[in-house]
Amino acid sequence: MEQQTEASLLGMWTFLVTEILFFGGALTAYLVYRNWYPDAFALASYEIPIMPGAINTAVLIFSSLTMALAVHFAQTGDRGKTMLFIVLTSILGAAFLGIKAYEYHEKYVEHFIPGFGLPFEFPANPEYTNAARIFYSLYFVLTGLHALHMIIGLGIMTWMFIWVKNGTITQEYYAPVEIAGLYWHFVDIVWIFLFPLLYLIGRHVHHVG
Amino acid sequence: MRSGTPPLFPEAASTLAGRVDGLYLFLVGLTAVMTIFIFSMVIFFMIKYKRRDPNSIGARIHGGMALEIAWSVIPLFICLGIFVWATNIFFAIARPPAETMNIYVVGKQWMWKFQHLDGQREINEVHVPVGRPVKMIMTSEDVIHDLFFPNFRVKADVVPGRYTSLWFEATKAGEYHMFCAEYCGTQHSGMVGKVIVMEPDDYQAWLSGGLQEGSLASAGGKLFQDLACNTCHRPDAQGRGPVLQNLYGKQVSLQSGENVVVDEAYLRESILMPSSKVTAGFQPVMPTFQGLVSEEGVLSLIEYVKSLKTDSPVQAVRPNTGGPAANEATPAQAPPTRN
Amino acid sequence: MSSNTVASPTSTYLNNGLTLKSWLLTKDHKRIALLYLAAVSFFFLIGALFAVLIRLELVTPAGDLLTDETYNKVFTMHGVMMVFFFLIPVVPAVLGNFLIPLMIGAKDLAFPKLNLLSFYVYMVGSLFTMWSIVSGGLDTGWTFYTPFSTVASTSAVVPAALGIFINGFSGILTGLNFMVTIHTMRAPGMTWFRLPLFVWAHYATSLIQILGTPVVAITIVLVAAERVFGFGLFNPAVGGDPVLFQHLFWFYSHPAVYIMILPAMGIISEIIASSSRKQVFGYSFVAFASIGIAVIGFLVWGHHMFVSGESVYAALVFSVLTFIVAVPSAVKVFNWTATMYRGSVSWESPMFFAAGFMGLFAVGGLTGLFLASMGLDVHLTDTYFVVAHFHYVMVGGTIMGYLGGIHFWWPKITGRKYNDIMARVSAVIVFIGFNLTFLPQFVVGYLGMPRRYHAYPDEFQVLNVLSSAGAAVLAVGYMMPIFYLIASLKTGELAGDNPWGAVGLEWNTTSPPPTENFKTTPVVTWEAYEYPTPVEGHVV
Repeated sequence: MEQQTEASLLGMWTFLVTEILFFGGALTAYLVYRNWYPDAFALASYEIPIMPGAINTAVLIFSSLTMALAVHFAQTGDRGKTMLFIVLTSILGAAFLGIKAYEYHEKYVEHFIPGFGLPFEFPANPEYTNAARIFYSLYFVLTGLHALHMIIGLGIMTWMFIWVKNGTITQEYYAPVEIAGLYWHFVDIVWIFLFPLLYLIGRHVHHVG
Repeated sequence: MRSGTPPLFPEAASTLAGRVDGLYLFLVGLTAVMTIFIFSMVIFFMIKYKRRDPNSIGARIHGGMALEIAWSVIPLFICLGIFVWATNIFFAIARPPAETMNIYVVGKQWMWKFQHLDGQREINEVHVPVGRPVKMIMTSEDVIHDLFFPNFRVKADVVPGRYTSLWFEATKAGEYHMFCAEYCGTQHSGMVGKVIVMEPDDYQAWLSGGLQEGSLASAGGKLFQDLACNTCHRPDAQGRGPVLQNLYGKQVSLQSGENVVVDEAYLRESILMPSSKVTAGFQPVMPTFQGLVSEEGVLSLIEYVKSLKTDSPVQAVRPNTGGPAANEATPAQAPPTRN
Repeated sequence: MSSNTVASPTSTYLNNGLTLKSWLLTKDHKRIALLYLAAVSFFFLIGALFAVLIRLELVTPAGDLLTDETYNKVFTMHGVMMVFFFLIPVVPAVLGNFLIPLMIGAKDLAFPKLNLLSFYVYMVGSLFTMWSIVSGGLDTGWTFYTPFSTVASTSAVVPAALGIFINGFSGILTGLNFMVTIHTMRAPGMTWFRLPLFVWAHYATSLIQILGTPVVAITIVLVAAERVFGFGLFNPAVGGDPVLFQHLFWFYSHPAVYIMILPAMGIISEIIASSSRKQVFGYSFVAFASIGIAVIGFLVWGHHMFVSGESVYAALVFSVLTFIVAVPSAVKVFNWTATMYRGSVSWESPMFFAAGFMGLFAVGGLTGLFLASMGLDVHLTDTYFVVAHFHYVMVGGTIMGYLGGIHFWWPKITGRKYNDIMARVSAVIVFIGFNLTFLPQFVVGYLGMPRRYHAYPDEFQVLNVLSSAGAAVLAVGYMMPIFYLIASLKTGELAGDNPWGAVGLEWNTTSPPPTENFKTTPVVTWEAYEYPTPVEGHVV
């Protein structure tokens, strides 16, 4: 059993490495284009309202706390508290997705969605329209993939809840909760990178009209 | 091209072809020697040590440090030697001489358009003289292509949205293959033609024959006026834009603090995305001409700017027939071949 | 090694459950390997059919057999099927899956259910790609260069891209499974440096699959996003960079070729050691060479882009690293040759395949040097020279190695021996046919014939005809094993535990093995490839 736990943990860490490479490819594209169009990117980032993103960051960080507590109580064998914190983590995850949905809707209204045949405008500086398209393409790819991982995370939380409830998870065998925790923390960390790269790059620059 | 026995080796028709062939033949020799050596060792050992007794086993040998070092280090040095040799050839291929005869190339699905500086336009064929370095400055109107002259041993990708270049100096008159060497869709294998190398006198004759359309630079001058560039870019530094006289090839300071050299790529960017590299001391008020000028139009404007020198008055000569005009997506079909 | 007195083992993985469900829902790595064998063989057949069409078309200079659109789809799908659905998975998914637990003394892989999931993910990926074929096909080349693939192509790009994306997960999961298995499930006494080199090779391969595949996954996602959603990341008309695609694509696709060759090299280590009844010369050098190839292989992707407009200095770095990565491969070839010195060398068919590999891989690897040479690559890139080079390594190398492995472990997998004389004839025909097919392509490539052309100048015809004739011979060589291997299932002599007299834990159990692999967990007390006297084998 211990060998199985060790193997499972190694497996999850290895999987997380693949996820780093996966997001890494998109971040490389971001790096290149930000280098090409620094001003356009800064302006496009400035146009994204910071509050929903900031709230989401707090939500996710707090959810990592609840997740860590869930793992702790699984370790100590407290079924009730484990389930409580899994539920709290899930609620926070769902809240994150809800705020994200609101943000996407806002983008739709403001004509910042660079595809689907939708109109795209960048009134802050029309000459930056193409570069802004690229910025928003990266925004949607990065946050969209991240949201997809969150949804999968909620699925994993549900699965863990069921296993704790039906007694599969015990004080001796809590590795699945630990592994689920690893995944959740990873999704959180990806957001910690995305938030400044997407929301914060234009803040310090004083924009003229 | 000769008919009869099919060729097994391409004719060498440029100054660098011999160096490329030399390296190639060395590597062919190395490959043949090493392959024959290894394969015959394997066969030899199979024969010499063939198992006779079904229960016999081989000698107990783990390995040998001396051998391991030898056959790691020696191949490494051979490889590094080849690397140095090949890189020197590459530097020669990648760095054109200071004085080149420039020809602009626009590739598009599925044809090649060549624009000589003095106005000659060719499609799927290009005439060049023997003994003069020729540089091709290229862009694509759609997808990535690649211009390949096997007899010059040179090729380069032709990329939309930017300029790439290749150069060669032809050494032998004749007609040689020209291929597209980057898969570009349906008629990729049809995007072929020939490069016609002529002795200098014949080349001169060819240049002066045919329809006179005016030089590329003069066509650019006309476009410069039609698009009203001259209202901001004045030779007397009174305009809202930088003076363009004598600008080509110089270094300029940008608003961002960095310095750039004024080359073809910079000029193209300044026409199509003017706010990306604004000259220091100027406002970012130049409008973009993206969509208003074709690739050939941009090339003609670049040639015009290159031609602006304060010691010769600016001329925008009207050509006899229409040159590349604004809003033209594809040029008028030029008369095909010239002899 | 007489096996006349062998009795057929009673309870094996083959007869442990005879229903379709017991096969389709198996968690036994050996059955999963056979599921993969059926699947990859099917996709190889499809890829081979496309190859036949290509060589038929190229017999004449004019494009007269297929329309240009069809030809473009045919060579694209040939590449996609062969690279993603055959060459990358074949050795790990078939032989790796079957053998790695046996070789390390384990009951199964670390994550048996994940292994089955890998197989079904692979099948789902292939379904999407089949959908692409039946809905008109893909015409972008297997390399999907932008902006052609994102903007200009009118073919079924998205289903094919999705198929490849999903298929990538299969590779990641398999690599993950192997890596964790090798770390955590070795039998007592099986230290790292007693592992068979086949296992080292798969460890190195798993490293590449884990680190490289996600990058092509996101790249394909971006291409699909551009086509489906209209995001213009690689489209220069809206400010995107088509060359960025090339960097992201080749960052995976170069290491991918090492995914294709390293496992085959692992097979060669096993065959040559066993056929020589001798330890692999320089074991640790071969082991470290595998890891070295995997690591350095991540640093050379730009050698596919010497004429794409990358900077001279970047090209310089990529070129020198490409030369450096050639050295460990050379070291391995020398070590294998030295292994045969003073060995007791068998002339059975696996050795024939291994010998063929040595000759063909030598040419393939050495012609890589031509392409690493920047000054020469300018002329050679995108010509048939490159096509010849990669077929020498991928077909002459990987497929020759794979065939050798299939022949070597067939008795273990099926419990039967096949007709060895036919197998040797097949190996020779493949070797001859292969050289006839691809040697002329070096010549026509240097002459200047570009890749992906279905019509070409007349003077290239003789070489093309030679190549197509060779392909016919090669096809015969490839088809022969189908007959005698399948025949062996009915009429082959029973193999016994160790028909070759080899060492390695897989030979310490029955042929075929029981589901749990070993009756009792083996304890390893001998070095890798240590041949005991007497030769009956080690006592576990």
